[in-house]
Amino acid sequence: MSAIGGSTTGLGRWTRLLARWEALLLAALVGLVVLGAYLSPFFLTPGNFSNLIAAQMEVAIMALPMLLIIVTADIDLSVESMAGLASAILGFLWAAGVPLWIGIPVVLVVGALGGLMNGLLIAWGGLPSLVVTLGTLALFRGLALIVLGPRGVSDFPAAFTELGFGHVPGTLIPWPFVIFVLLAILLGIVLHRTWVGRQIYAIGRNPGTARFSGVRVTRVRTGLFVLSGLVAALAGVILTSRLSSARADAGQGMTLTVVTVVLLGGASAFGGSGTIPGVVLAVLSVAVMQNALRLASVSVEIQSIALGLLLILSVVVPTFAHQAKSALDRVRGGRPPPADSITHGETAVS
Amino acid sequence: MAESGAAGTVGAGRTRRQWVSTLARQRELSLVAIMFVLGGLVSITAPQFLTVSNLSQVAVLASIIAVAAVGEALVVITRNIDLSVEAMIGLVAYSVAIVLQRQALDPPAAIALGLGIGLGLGMINGVVVTVLRVPSIVATLGTLSIFRGVDYLVAGSHQVPLAGLPPGFTDPARDTILGIPMFVLVAVVVVVIGSVVLRSTRFGRQIYAVGSNPEAAAILGIPSRLVVFAAFSLCGLLAGVAGILWVMEFGTINGTSATGVVLSVVAAVVVGGVSISGGSGTLAGAALGALFLGFIANALILVGLSQFWLQAIYGVVILVAVSADAIILRRIQRATAGRRTR
Repeated sequence: MSAIGGSTTGLGRWTRLLARWEALLLAALVGLVVLGAYLSPFFLTPGNFSNLIAAQMEVAIMALPMLLIIVTADIDLSVESMAGLASAILGFLWAAGVPLWIGIPVVLVVGALGGLMNGLLIAWGGLPSLVVTLGTLALFRGLALIVLGPRGVSDFPAAFTELGFGHVPGTLIPWPFVIFVLLAILLGIVLHRTWVGRQIYAIGRNPGTARFSGVRVTRVRTGLFVLSGLVAALAGVILTSRLSSARADAGQGMTLTVVTVVLLGGASAFGGSGTIPGVVLAVLSVAVMQNALRLASVSVEIQSIALGLLLILSVVVPTFAHQAKSALDRVRGGRPPPADSITHGETAVS
Repeated sequence: MAESGAAGTVGAGRTRRQWVSTLARQRELSLVAIMFVLGGLVSITAPQFLTVSNLSQVAVLASIIAVAAVGEALVVITRNIDLSVEAMIGLVAYSVAIVLQRQALDPPAAIALGLGIGLGLGMINGVVVTVLRVPSIVATLGTLSIFRGVDYLVAGSHQVPLAGLPPGFTDPARDTILGIPMFVLVAVVVVVIGSVVLRSTRFGRQIYAVGSNPEAAAILGIPSRLVVFAAFSLCGLLAGVAGILWVMEFGTINGTSATGVVLSVVAAVVVGGVSISGGSGTLAGAALGALFLGFIANALILVGLSQFWLQAIYGVVILVAVSADAIILRRIQRATAGRRTR
């Protein structure tokens, strides 16, 4: 994990911090597994692991492009509604007699177009991503309701529901997990091994500098929102398949978990840092945590509170760890960076 | 300013600036104008739209959102956002309703409790943002989940029915003073007090200063974190007021009350011309934004469009409003840049 950050130049200090964060996550994951095994005898069974992973895959898949967007210091709140819109359109088309091999590509194109709309308004129009995607959060959900109304469509063929519900033959590995791993590898290579990835980090650290260094900031940001819309639509298809039911309210509330997973994975809420391996570890941690809580028959209400606390803590802990570290450096007689401490104070307001 | 130079060009620059600033300043006026046009159009197909009883019902419902939107606007002007308002409204509404049903407190004490809970929740947000230094969007997304979780936890599957409230408690929702609904008066009072504070007190100017330029505000010695903390606290307090109004208006309250309201509140703020990047906007604008959204919702129903259209149209309204803001801002920047090059 640390090798990935190590290859990117000029990140020495951050790399070490992030590498340590990922190690911390890994330790937390192991701890959660031990706790789960202690709480329930059913926890450490392959069947349970298969289920707990399958239950988080829509969130996991959407978290990957969300990481890239958060690295560029933007956010996409509309993903949950795009997943719902994808589900609604897929159900509507299927109920109207359109075969799935046409329906699924149509839905993915709609996802990419929705993402393009976000991207153009944000990157080209210069509008704040928070408000734009809050607007499309309402718009996409509204369109889903208009398309499908309150009904559900559930007479999908078995071959389709196998995609979300079934396993790789001979194993207990759920198909959506395969999609997640492939996407994680692909985006991991793009983010950590290519010039596109370096441009994404550059935009997050300082968009002005990135622009003057020849980064096509508008194009990269737009592209990331298109990717996010496309992947959210894919998550909507998987969700429809897993629940074998298309509904306009599919995915409601998922954005919170997606953002939590990304920040828990070590991405800075101010942009400029975060890694794919971190997000993968965070996905697994959240999946294990929710499963362990459920097996321990902890109520949904407490789970909601736990998730909110986790989101806040995932920002608080690194901030204070960083502060403690620089304070320690100062005590040791390292050069105290006064400018740095001032800008750090300002971030609380932005 | 350096106006003594080329009088002609400066004059031209100034008229353009005036035109631009009038346009920018008159978001309130343009909202009212749009509402008049819309009202005229809708009343052609649905004559009952422009009746006193219908319009006062629209205004009463909008007042609840308007009160919450004023609090949200305070936070947004400081260049932050509070996504937890709906959970604060819901938690206050349920708490007030349940203590009234159990007859643990009499109505005035229950109202005080509701205000206290709202203020307390707002202060929690303020601490997380200013002391723990979590960016407000992340902080309030987290507290949205936490406050709502607490609400579910306290309420369980219990629902306080209208009949469980003391007789007369819900009357203010229908009472009028001189023909004006009580709720509208509450909203107007909140807007007037808030506007006076923003316009003419040191604290009010500091809110704008922190939002428009945090670095400059810090250099000037403005206690930014204290100002932001106060804005979040007031937002919680006003969410508390909205929660109490919610109980009076709807009567039947459970753990999911006010779910999804944050969208209307933020939409009202954005539509009302408060810039999401901080430092500009008025509380009256935010309140008018709430009225505007209520107007549209009511018009949709009367025209016979399904309720499902509402959310999509809210989304479009948010996108249009934020685009309009950006275009106006760009015009202003171009106008001032033009002045500078001359």
